[in-house]
Amino acid sequence: MANHITQVTLKNGMKVMLKEIHTAPIISSWMWYRVGSRDEPTGKTGISHWTEHMQFKGTKKFPANMLDKAISREGGRWNASTSRDSTRYFETMPADKIDLALRLEADRMTNSLFDEKEVASERTVIISEREGSENEPLFRLGEAVQNHSFRVHPYRHEIIGDMADLRTITRDDLYRHYRTYYVPNNAVLSIAGSFETESMLKRVGELFEHIPGGPTPSRLIRPEPEQNGEIRLSVEGPGETTYIQVAYRFPDATHPDYFPLQVMESLLGGDSGLSHKTSRLYRALVDKEYGVDIAGWSETTIDPFLYRITITCHPRREPEKVIAMLDAEIKKLQDVRVSEDEIKRAVKQARAGFAYGSENITNQAFWMGYTAMFSSYRWFTTYLTNLAKVTPQDVQRVARKYFQPGSRVVGMYLPKDRRNK
Amino acid sequence: MTARPTRKTDLSLPGPHDIYREVLSNGITVLARSNFSSPSISIGGYLPAGAIFESDDKLGLADFVSSSLMRGTQTRSFDAIYNELESVGAGLGFDSGVHNASFGGRSLVDDLPLVLTLLSESLRAPVFPKDEIEKLRAQMLTGLAIRAQDTSDMASLAFDRMLFDGHPYSRPPDGFVETIQAITRKDLVEFHRFHFGPRGMVIAIVGAIHPKKAVAAVEKVLGGWQVPGQVDAPVLPPHKPIKKTVRHHHALKGKSQSDLVIGMIGPKRKDPDFFPASLGNSVLGQFGMMGRIGESVRERSGLAYHASSGLSAGIGPGTWEVNAGVNPKNLEKAIDLIELELRKFIKHGVTKEELADSQANYIGRLPLSLESNSGVMNALLNIERYDLGLDFYQRYEGMVKSVTRDNVLETARKYIYPDRLVISTAGP
Repeated sequence: MANHITQVTLKNGMKVMLKEIHTAPIISSWMWYRVGSRDEPTGKTGISHWTEHMQFKGTKKFPANMLDKAISREGGRWNASTSRDSTRYFETMPADKIDLALRLEADRMTNSLFDEKEVASERTVIISEREGSENEPLFRLGEAVQNHSFRVHPYRHEIIGDMADLRTITRDDLYRHYRTYYVPNNAVLSIAGSFETESMLKRVGELFEHIPGGPTPSRLIRPEPEQNGEIRLSVEGPGETTYIQVAYRFPDATHPDYFPLQVMESLLGGDSGLSHKTSRLYRALVDKEYGVDIAGWSETTIDPFLYRITITCHPRREPEKVIAMLDAEIKKLQDVRVSEDEIKRAVKQARAGFAYGSENITNQAFWMGYTAMFSSYRWFTTYLTNLAKVTPQDVQRVARKYFQPGSRVVGMYLPKDRRNK
Repeated sequence: MTARPTRKTDLSLPGPHDIYREVLSNGITVLARSNFSSPSISIGGYLPAGAIFESDDKLGLADFVSSSLMRGTQTRSFDAIYNELESVGAGLGFDSGVHNASFGGRSLVDDLPLVLTLLSESLRAPVFPKDEIEKLRAQMLTGLAIRAQDTSDMASLAFDRMLFDGHPYSRPPDGFVETIQAITRKDLVEFHRFHFGPRGMVIAIVGAIHPKKAVAAVEKVLGGWQVPGQVDAPVLPPHKPIKKTVRHHHALKGKSQSDLVIGMIGPKRKDPDFFPASLGNSVLGQFGMMGRIGESVRERSGLAYHASSGLSAGIGPGTWEVNAGVNPKNLEKAIDLIELELRKFIKHGVTKEELADSQANYIGRLPLSLESNSGVMNALLNIERYDLGLDFYQRYEGMVKSVTRDNVLETARKYIYPDRLVISTAGP
């Protein structure tokens, strides 16, 4: 994939990233704000996600239901999401209709109404969203594990927030959050697709540059102290299936150990987006019938977060036996150096993943802004090179460093129906 | 000033000029289209070996067979097959529905021969190893235990059972615990022997390859496949009409949310009603933030995060259904609101503006759905499956625009009877 992009900072501090791609008459535009669940103090958890919902509730110029209709009428696709570190809004439109998306984003950066009635109705919608998640055993387990993995850092709570806060956050809380973080100097606009850079840049300037900057919001910083000793927990709920989730602390995305850990993850649980039936954990746990499925993943975050392994237990196995098998596999990675070929394989898998990703313009606009949230686009363009530099010694070293029993959390979802049988 | 797009690179929609179609001598239809913008390819297809052939006591058999195909062939073990694929970042998998077994994969273009070889081996020479079959069975049974706890799955299961009472569509393609336990290795071998064959099989390949080369590559690995005695698909029986509203609640303890499905029979994909129904449904429960249903249940009442309507139109009778997830105490209120919207819909139909909005949406979003190789691949398979014609996407805009308000209203009244609904709920 060609990686040439144009990066400009407007006078008000808003960063603009543009990438011309002329394979289809489509443009994808992403508006990013540096605010996420990590910026929420106790009592206000879930406020970033709720603010994101309110951004669809209208401005004077684009009233609530006119907004959706305007985008849909033009055949556009749009949505938004809130992560731990950022909040993003995207529109992918037929190329000649992108102006609507840009006008909309410029308008709702400052003019969203946060109408009291809309806040009230959205409160129950979000509570309903949370209740839907609570129906899932893996949400309940994941939330408990995350909670116990952080005592101090705000990564401890789920992005959707705690029910207690969803019931009590007020319209003024939401509006204050919006006005604090939704300023151009805290925003990045990334656009990819079929346009001419010069005219696009001019149009972006016309729409966004007049928006006054504000004080750059400081981020909530509460570093997590070291964990001394394994934490074990269990969650009980309906069903017959036992799940295990084990979480290890992993470093942030710009840490020198990030790439060796990516290779290690690929060997253990497979490359994301591919089947993982020859990964080490699949062979050790699913092939040998300790689990019926496994998944391993880390997240690309600003502060150290987690590598988590989830195992759906085989109905015939006791969870402790399953954990023992997992531990044996991790120990193997620490004791026996991996081969060069295994690393080459991980790099080839990642290379294929990049090729698939480049078919899609929305995806390309995403990566520009996404990497700007924790590093720079260079992180993306040098990803494969950095991955290829990883050595077997690196993998062994990081396996020993990060897979410490004393700094992990082991959670189990224990089904009530099975135990009562 | 508006940022003007450059015209030089407009995607021309797939059509007879760039879709290559060839039927091999053994009956396999191959469709191909080039896209050289990325060095990757998508491959997909289907063959008539779905759950429709199963007996009631062996439900899940077709699914079991599809899941077993890559668990070992005459030349390669399960681990060897996946090792080849995963080593090059390629993917291949099988799935199963009521009518067809289907497959899909992707790879870098250099690895297409490997993917095709593995596809061919899995289809033609699976050996159903005993230990792999038992591993799969345990995985499928766990899948069913998880399904039994899923409010949305359980509401849908009961919905299909009531709506298609006595018809093959009433049965879940993933079966039940007892039926999965009853399936033997011999059943798998026999099902494969008589139902997996080249007749009726379709393959589409889209990506960085010349179409004729793609066809030649398929011919090379599958052109010699012959299956004497390949069984024809049975004719679908008619479905019984719903004479009055039926309702069922599936109780699931310990859940925070209830799921509901309210619906009726919808058109087949090939019915002339399909486009009016689809555009009408867009107004009812899709357009903008989930249409009128979303507006009523989510936006105005704040009852649900998700509330929308959808058409599922295939070879046989389809479904037209409204789905929502709500707090258990709001279940009745949500059902009332949805029924009210259905009544309004068949009384007044859609406004001129609403129809124009949905028509514009259908036309405008087309390039987005055809952006990736897999998007085009699915489009080609739909053209073939429903006999839409290679020029379908060229005619598409005209077909969408020709639908009138009267067409939508007539179609709505033909399918929606608010006193003959199927209502299925699952939750506490």
